[in-house]
Amino acid sequence: MALSNSGKNGWLLSIPALILLIFGAAGPLLIVVVYSFLEPGDFSGVIWNFTTEAWFRVFFERDIFDGTVSTADAHLTIFWRSLKLSILTTLATFLIGFPMAWFIATQPPNRRAAWLFLITIPFWTNLLIRTFAILEVIRNQGLLNSFLIWLGVIDAPLQILYTDTAVLIGMAYVYLPLMVLPLFAAIDRFDFKLIEAGYDLYASRWRVLRRIVIPIVRPGIVAGSILVFVPSLGAYVTPRILGGGKNMMLGNFIELQFGQGRNWPLGAALSMLLLVIVLTALLAYVRATSVEDRHNV
Amino acid sequence: MKLVFTSALALAAATAAHAEGELNIYNWGNYTNPKLIEKFEQEHDVDVTITDFDSNTTALAKIEAGGHGFDIVVPTHSYVQIYVGKDLLMKPGIPEMENYDNISDNWKNVDWDPNREYTVPWQWGTTGVAVNTSAYDGDINTSAIWLDTPEELVGKVNVVPEMQDVMNLAVMYMGGEPCTDDRDLLREVRDKLVEAKSDWMSMDYGMTEKMSNGDVMASVNWNGSTFRARLNNPDVAYGYPKEGYIVWMDNVAILKDAQNVENAKLFMNFIMDPENAALISEFARYANGIDGSEEYMPEEMKSAPEIVVPDELKAAGKFTSSCPKEVQDLYTAIWTDLQK
Repeated sequence: MALSNSGKNGWLLSIPALILLIFGAAGPLLIVVVYSFLEPGDFSGVIWNFTTEAWFRVFFERDIFDGTVSTADAHLTIFWRSLKLSILTTLATFLIGFPMAWFIATQPPNRRAAWLFLITIPFWTNLLIRTFAILEVIRNQGLLNSFLIWLGVIDAPLQILYTDTAVLIGMAYVYLPLMVLPLFAAIDRFDFKLIEAGYDLYASRWRVLRRIVIPIVRPGIVAGSILVFVPSLGAYVTPRILGGGKNMMLGNFIELQFGQGRNWPLGAALSMLLLVIVLTALLAYVRATSVEDRHNV
Repeated sequence: MKLVFTSALALAAATAAHAEGELNIYNWGNYTNPKLIEKFEQEHDVDVTITDFDSNTTALAKIEAGGHGFDIVVPTHSYVQIYVGKDLLMKPGIPEMENYDNISDNWKNVDWDPNREYTVPWQWGTTGVAVNTSAYDGDINTSAIWLDTPEELVGKVNVVPEMQDVMNLAVMYMGGEPCTDDRDLLREVRDKLVEAKSDWMSMDYGMTEKMSNGDVMASVNWNGSTFRARLNNPDVAYGYPKEGYIVWMDNVAILKDAQNVENAKLFMNFIMDPENAALISEFARYANGIDGSEEYMPEEMKSAPEIVVPDELKAAGKFTSSCPKEVQDLYTAIWTDLQK
């Protein structure tokens, strides 16, 4: 019944989704693309003249003093910092999240719900508040430093706040649930008899983990990594508050162009570039997993 | 689709029905005394809504986009002519208002708004340096605090990420005029900033709190914020860089597409009353440009070193305008180089 219907009028059902896609995703994206090919207005906005200047300036810079053209190493430094911190955040959440997810998945079913519930609690709190909470913990006169000084481990406070480490701690904390949940879903479906089989065949614990567990829960690892990596790359609030603003990440750099920099086209071009990086990363992941699947089959 | 339209209409109707007795103010965050608003609401039976912005560019972009629903906006002096040029403000007939004469004579006819056609004063202040004197007891009336950081303050200095102010302060420190397009000088400014940055701890806002609790020992900062920090921590002091510091005024304007024009005019007149202007200053700790408001201010406001500029440093204060596009591009390029 449902099937025969969908053959004829089923497409009608997709109209809400289509409208959402057109007005919510494709439309705004198109505006961003168009803006990236226009001239910046004097104080904000754009002037409707076609130019590739913004795109040129993403990759190259004219020396502001002698006009020579060179690659934009300031931009490269900012990209590289964003990429590095996002990869480190993904790794950190994985290293913490995997044992967590494993622990929850191996609990009796009636207790799992409670553990998962605890994992989701931070989501109820606004991102800003969670970030300021971390700030309270790591600042010079904060919880961590006071505690360490009280213990006598250190004499003077550790300067953690306003460093890349602070940004890493902040992002790992904020995005951890996004890693744990897909990992849990994957491990939950895992057939633990396979481990016993592995041991029966004299595999070491490490070998069981590497050759049996990880390949099977791989989709969960990939999903979790994507969920953490993508928002980390565009992170704005965490680097702004915990990084001290001395060194920009991509999100802050884009904001600068739309705000004080008064150059919307460059901001638009940078946003598109961010999108391209994310898409490339996603495609790479998808490819990597599908190749693996073929091997497994 | 139809459903969407009907509910939008219903919403519009609902808003219109409540429009009487409303006033929507768009102002900087943590800047408006709740007592002032309460008093206005009671005296005039008006419901006031305040929305915060964090920078002039944000405010301008939002207002230009339209559909904001604000009646009043509070731009800095350097932005008033931009609003006027874009035809965003109305002339509410300020000189005819009952309390107009209370504006101090030196704030009545100002460059950015001759004869006060569009705006009335909200608060004025300076951008200089805040220093915790327990960490450094040398001369603080200099931008060397953050551009040639004394040893005692290395690694403990903050610079607020306010591009225009910071760039102009650095340009003046290197001997130039604000918004200069002298490229040789700008090259020196860039080198100076990049070199100085290694001595900084952060580039962040929120110095009222961070100077108070000693997280930051010195910062480029606004006078009122430093005043608030000093009230929490007596070691905090404010310096007026002798190489040049920035003077600014934030002004109250009524938007051309305001829905509650009469209430907005009432508010303008209301804040030019010395007693009410004193409420503004009592909260944010800046001077207000209204004669006679000192009388109603707390005692510590009248003699505060953050408010009363020392005579010998008065000449170093500069009213900056917003820089032309070419200079802005140079500033942004240097700024990007600095924060990469």
